[in-house]
Amino acid sequence: MSQRPAPVVDGETARRRGYGWLLLVPGMLWLVVFFLIPTVQLFFTSLYDPSGSYELGYAMTWHFQNYPDAVRDNFDLFVRSFLYAGITTFVCLLLAYPLAYAIAFKSGRWKNFLLVLVIAPFFTSFLLRTLSWSAILSDQGVVTSLLKSVAILPEDGRLLATPVAVIAGLIYNFLPFMTLPLYASLDKVDPRLIEAAGDLYSSPFTGFRKVTVPLSMPGVVSGTLLTFIPACGDYINAELLGTTRQYMIGNRIQAAFLRERDYPVAATLSLLLMLVVVAMVVVYVRRAGTEKLV
Amino acid sequence: MTAGPGSGAVAGDRDLKLSRVTKRFGDFVAVDDLTLTVPEGSFFALLGPSGCGKTTTLRMVAGLEEPTAGRVSIGDQDITGLRPYKRPVNTVFQSYALFPHLAVFENVAFGLRRRGVRGVEERTEQMLELVELREYAGRRPAQLSGGQQQRVALARALINEPRVLLLDEPLGALDLKLRRQMQIELKRIQTEIETTFVHVTHDQEEAMTMADTIAVMNRGVIEQLGAPAELYENPLTTFVANFLGQSNLIMTEVIDPSGHTVVVDCHGQKVAVVASRCHTQQGRGWLGVRPEKISASAAGCEDHADVNVLTGGVVSDVSFVGVSTQYLVRMPWGQELMVFEQNTGTRSPLTNGDQVDLAWSRDHAFLLDAEQDAQAGVVREDGS
Repeated sequence: MSQRPAPVVDGETARRRGYGWLLLVPGMLWLVVFFLIPTVQLFFTSLYDPSGSYELGYAMTWHFQNYPDAVRDNFDLFVRSFLYAGITTFVCLLLAYPLAYAIAFKSGRWKNFLLVLVIAPFFTSFLLRTLSWSAILSDQGVVTSLLKSVAILPEDGRLLATPVAVIAGLIYNFLPFMTLPLYASLDKVDPRLIEAAGDLYSSPFTGFRKVTVPLSMPGVVSGTLLTFIPACGDYINAELLGTTRQYMIGNRIQAAFLRERDYPVAATLSLLLMLVVVAMVVVYVRRAGTEKLV
Repeated sequence: MTAGPGSGAVAGDRDLKLSRVTKRFGDFVAVDDLTLTVPEGSFFALLGPSGCGKTTTLRMVAGLEEPTAGRVSIGDQDITGLRPYKRPVNTVFQSYALFPHLAVFENVAFGLRRRGVRGVEERTEQMLELVELREYAGRRPAQLSGGQQQRVALARALINEPRVLLLDEPLGALDLKLRRQMQIELKRIQTEIETTFVHVTHDQEEAMTMADTIAVMNRGVIEQLGAPAELYENPLTTFVANFLGQSNLIMTEVIDPSGHTVVVDCHGQKVAVVASRCHTQQGRGWLGVRPEKISASAAGCEDHADVNVLTGGVVSDVSFVGVSTQYLVRMPWGQELMVFEQNTGTRSPLTNGDQVDLAWSRDHAFLLDAEQDAQAGVVREDGS
């Protein structure tokens, strides 16, 4: 009588504790098949002997020299990629913060409508939208002639095929990725906290600086990551809006994989990009210290 | 702060004054032509049901809401147009509104740091000492209990030495036991620092426990203002009679308004009311008696000169609540009156169906204008 119920309870507890991990299985399987295995494959590819070719095949020679070679040959591309991505992230933050702030605090009943507008570009293809930017920024386009007429751009100046066009394209394409996380964290800021700051001798600006900004840091961190990481690897904007002189590391990787079929170089560059980005992100997240935030 | 030239202002004249203040939200009048003086150093309670305009009044003093009309001033300084951060008042918010990203210490130091005063560390330490939270200085608000958060909110406001401290339902989120404790604590702190406290609450017990003066608000106006005992013993309106404690209200007809007691006809029986507690002089009126002022005894007892007696009652309900027993007594005219009797143990309890007479001292009744709703301000058991 006193022993019977015990195993039942134990069984239940065991079931509760033991089977929760099953929920992880689909996601883990997906990651193993589509991320882990390809990454390991990529790693091996990056160590193939570079003297081989697509037609004749590659020999696995653990050729670590591929890495210093790749850095040496593509150093400019790496620097340019991080520079463009950095500028893009910074400008996106400047543009998205006021936008997200206005949607979160000032939009009233227009809130949902404005959010739909932020997401609306995703209803059309990324490629199409970038192509339309090449029309907008073209030499005969309205923007160029307008800027010329007010003498911001010299008579022989152009927008398309310049760093400005590439960065503008990047900013345009990644702005929603910055806006949405910022909105999500600003929307959670309790307006009563801002009132409390006002009650405690903070002018509206000081209250913003001391309360709103710190509380929106999780949004700033995730927004900058969601912008910076994909912007580093992007090649469509440089391809469609720039020239070889604006090419980023993504363009080189794409060319190595698809045009030159130089797989070892392509794999080496891919992994290098990944490592550098991960290292930057780790340092950044550590310094931003978001774990302290609620 | 630009203090006035001091013409006519007595030293220490820092009373909070609201003059003919009105606040409208669209068509809704939240506060209606309200005039009020809160003397310096007093513990003042704004008491009323939700939606009566008490919080709006408080927010207008804090500067979080702008009056549609009227002036708000402290001493001779008109603060009506001042932004909240320029006012010498601080608020303890209902939800506490502690900054979740700052430790307790920085929450408390917030106001001092914004004003750039000296000795922030030291004063913050002292303040944390006062509210007994020194060992929690490094914690974040989310790691504290409700009572501790409440004390942080209090410390964060008090450290700025405001001329007026505003408390917006500060104990609303605490459980009953803790609330009692904090009531005593708040009163102690207020007596110690002698700052003007304006306390907004819907809890009449809380207001009566702490405040020197209570203003009972209803529908944007002050129904009555006075010391707790005065409001309780001598309410001016049925709303006050019902909202502060409970009252038996019986419809009566004034017979003889002359003399220092007014004689009224209560369904055929004569009852006398002290003239100073009669707020209507002729025609019909609500006779009010507090349930604990009435004693019920077996029918046919003695009749004193100073005692009012209503005969013909029948006990219809008895509920024992520990310290007292609460009776419902059905009167000949059909109304059920409440009678609370202390369980002193000296009398044997009544039971259902007992024939009783109800008696109370003449000093313990009041007479109100019959035009009012007898149900106004009745607080339901669930506290709403």
